[in-house]
Amino acid sequence: MTFIHKYPKAAKVAKANFIVAFIALAIGGLFGFVQALHRTNVFRGFFNSGEYYTLLTGHGVLLALIFTTFFIAGLFVWGVTRSLDREPENLTFTWSWFWLMTIGLVMATIAILGGLVPDSSIRAAVLYTFYPPLQAHPMFYIGLALVVVGSWMAGADWFWSYRKWRAENPNERIPILAFMTLFTMLMWYVCTIGLALEVVGLLIPWSLGWVTEIEPLLPRTLFWFFGHAVVYFWLLPAYYVWYAILPKLSGGRLFSDSMTRIVFIIFLLLSTPVGYHHQYADAGISVGFKFYAMATTLLILLPSLITLFTVVASMEHGARQRGGKGYLKWIGKLPWDSPAFVGCALAGIMFAAGGFSGMINASMNINVLIHNTIWVPGHFHLTVGTAVALTFMAITYWLLPQLTGRKLKYKTLALIQPYAWFLGMTLMSNAMHRAGLAGVPRRTAEPEYSGFDFEPIFGTMTEMKWQIAIGGTILMISLILFLWVVVASWLAGEKSDKPVDDYIPEPLSGVEHTPAILDNMKLWFGLALLLVVLAYAFPLWEMVADGIFSPGALPRPS
Amino acid sequence: MHIHKFEQFWIKLSFVLIAFFIVTVVYGFVAMDLKVIGDHATIDPQNLADTKFGNPGVREVTRNGQTEYEVYVQTIQFAFNPGTAQPIVVPANTRVTFYITSPDVLHGFDVAGTNLNTMSIPGQVAKFTTIFPEVREYGIVCNEYCGPAHHVMEGKIKVVPKSEFDKSNLVE
Repeated sequence: MTFIHKYPKAAKVAKANFIVAFIALAIGGLFGFVQALHRTNVFRGFFNSGEYYTLLTGHGVLLALIFTTFFIAGLFVWGVTRSLDREPENLTFTWSWFWLMTIGLVMATIAILGGLVPDSSIRAAVLYTFYPPLQAHPMFYIGLALVVVGSWMAGADWFWSYRKWRAENPNERIPILAFMTLFTMLMWYVCTIGLALEVVGLLIPWSLGWVTEIEPLLPRTLFWFFGHAVVYFWLLPAYYVWYAILPKLSGGRLFSDSMTRIVFIIFLLLSTPVGYHHQYADAGISVGFKFYAMATTLLILLPSLITLFTVVASMEHGARQRGGKGYLKWIGKLPWDSPAFVGCALAGIMFAAGGFSGMINASMNINVLIHNTIWVPGHFHLTVGTAVALTFMAITYWLLPQLTGRKLKYKTLALIQPYAWFLGMTLMSNAMHRAGLAGVPRRTAEPEYSGFDFEPIFGTMTEMKWQIAIGGTILMISLILFLWVVVASWLAGEKSDKPVDDYIPEPLSGVEHTPAILDNMKLWFGLALLLVVLAYAFPLWEMVADGIFSPGALPRPS
Repeated sequence: MHIHKFEQFWIKLSFVLIAFFIVTVVYGFVAMDLKVIGDHATIDPQNLADTKFGNPGVREVTRNGQTEYEVYVQTIQFAFNPGTAQPIVVPANTRVTFYITSPDVLHGFDVAGTNLNTMSIPGQVAKFTTIFPEVREYGIVCNEYCGPAHHVMEGKIKVVPKSEFDKSNLVE
C-alpha cells in the first residue's frame, strides 16, 4: 500500500498540480537555455534582442511563480493528506482552486507569449517584477491575481482539513508535515496582502485605463512587501523536504522536532518585514527603514543556520546507522547512489553557497556594489534555481511512485540528473557572481557596450561567458533527463503495491519534548502581522499621503 | 524543551556571526562613509522642465567655502542625459553630488565596477555624493530593465585633472 491506494482522490489532485508544474518547468527552462546562449552571444538566431525580454518574462513567471506554486500545492496536498490521514474535505472546492490557478496561469502565459507575435497588442514584456509605468496587457495582471486567489483557496483547503482533524483529535499535537504546511501558508497570507493591494488595487484598474497615472514607487514597494517572502514560500517547502524526508532518505531520523517548529515560526515572523532589502538603491525610502530591514534580514540567517545544523546532524545520524565512522568519513556512507538523496544533498550544498552571496546582498552598503548586476541572478539561481528546484526534482523521484503506484524507470539517468544540475549550476553561477562584481548588469539581452570594457577582478570576460553558456547547456540537458525519467515512469513504470519505501520514522527528539506554545498559530500569526505593521505602516503612509497615484507617471508600452 | 549541547553552541555562534555582519555594515557607514541612497525629494515626473533637471548637466556650487559640483541627470528611454550623447565631465579629487531622476520608466544608474549605483524612479530624486580619486573614464550602465532597447542604454563619465577642468561647459 502506498499513497495512491490509501488516498486516491488526493493523489489525483497532487498529480494534476505536478503535471502543470512540470510543463511550466519545461517551457521556462527552455527559455532559460535560449537566454544563456543569447546573452553570451554564443547564438542569437532564435529571437531578436527585443524579444529577449519576452522570453525573460516567461522564464521568470513560469519558473519562479508557476512551477513553484503548483509543485508546492501538489507537495502540500500529499503532506496534509498523509499526516492528517484524511482525503480533501470537499473535492469540488479542491478542484475549483486548481482550475482557478490554471486559468490564471494560462491567461498570464498568453499575455507574455503574445509578445512574440509581430504587432500584437497583447504583450507583457515587463519581467516577473512588472514594475510600472511599463505596462502589460490587463490579462497578465488578472491572470496572476487568479493564481494568487487560487493559492489562498488551496491554503484554506488545508486549514479546513486541519480543523476537521482537530475536532476529532482535540489533544494531539499538530503532525510535523501539517505544521510546516500551515505555517508556510500563514506566511503566504501575510505577504500576499502586499501583492493583492498592488495588483488588484493599482495595476488592474490602471491597465484597464480606469486611471491614467501611477506612482512608480508605491507598487514597487508593495511588490517587495511580497517579493522577498515569496522567496521563503519557495524555500520552506524545500526545507519541509529536508526536515521531513531527507533524514529518512539518508537512512536516519529527524534530529529535533522542536527546532523544526521553531525554524518555521521564525520564518513566519521575519519573512515579510525584510522587503526593503530589495530597495536599498531606491530613493524615497529612508535609511532608517532600510536598516530595520537589514537587521531582520540578517536575523533570518538564524533559522537557516539552525537548519544547516539539524539537517546535517540528521544526515550524520543516518550515515552512522549505515555503518559510517569518524569525524568526516561517515559522509562516504551516505546513499550517493540514490537520486532523491543526491538531489536534496547537492541542493543543500548549493544553498550554503547561495547563503554566502545572500549575506553580501543583505549588507546594505556592500550590496550597492552588486545591486542589479548579474551577481543577483547568480545568487538566486543557487537558491531558488538549485536549493528549491533541484530539491523539488529530486523528491519527485520519491513522490511520483507514491502518487502513481509505479516504480521509477531509468534510475541511472535519474542519478546522473542531479549531478549534472550541480555541475551546470557551479559553472554558470560562479561566473555570474564574478561578472556581477565587474558591473555586468542583469536583465539585458546584450551586455556589451560600445564606450567601455568591463574590468573583471577574478578571471576574464571570455572565460565567464563560456562558463555561463556551457553551464546553461548542461542545465538544459539535466532538465531533459528529469522530464524523460518522469514521463517514462509515469506512463510506463512497473505497477507495484509498494513502488518505493515511503515510511517516515519518528524524530530523535520527538514531539513530546516540544513546548505546546509552538503550536499556537494565532499567537505567531498576530506577532507576524505586528512586525509587518512596524516595518511598513509609516513608509507606505508617506507614499500615499500625497495621493495614491501621485507623483504620477504616464504608462509606457512594454 | 530539549536542545542538544552542540546545537546550543551552534545557535550562539550563529548570533555572533549575525552581530558581526551588522557591525561590519555600521562600521562602513560610520567610519568609511559608505552610505546608501535615502529619502531625498519627490518630483513631478511630467514637469521636469521647470526644475534643474530641465537643464541637466554639471553645475558649480560653493559649499562651506569649497568649490563643489552638482550633476543633474535625466535617465530616459534609452539614454542618460547627459552621459550618452556627451560624457559627464568632472574634476578629480573634488566633491561631486549627483541628482538623478526619470521622466518615463524605472532605470538604473550604475557606474560600472564601482559602488555608485542607484535606481532612477519617476517621481523620486536620487542623491549621492562622491569624490573621484583618479583621472580616468568610467562606463555608466542602465541596470534596470526599461524597455525593448534597454541593452543599448549606456553613458560615460570622464574624470579630468582639476587643472584641466573646462568650466565653459557648466550649466547655469
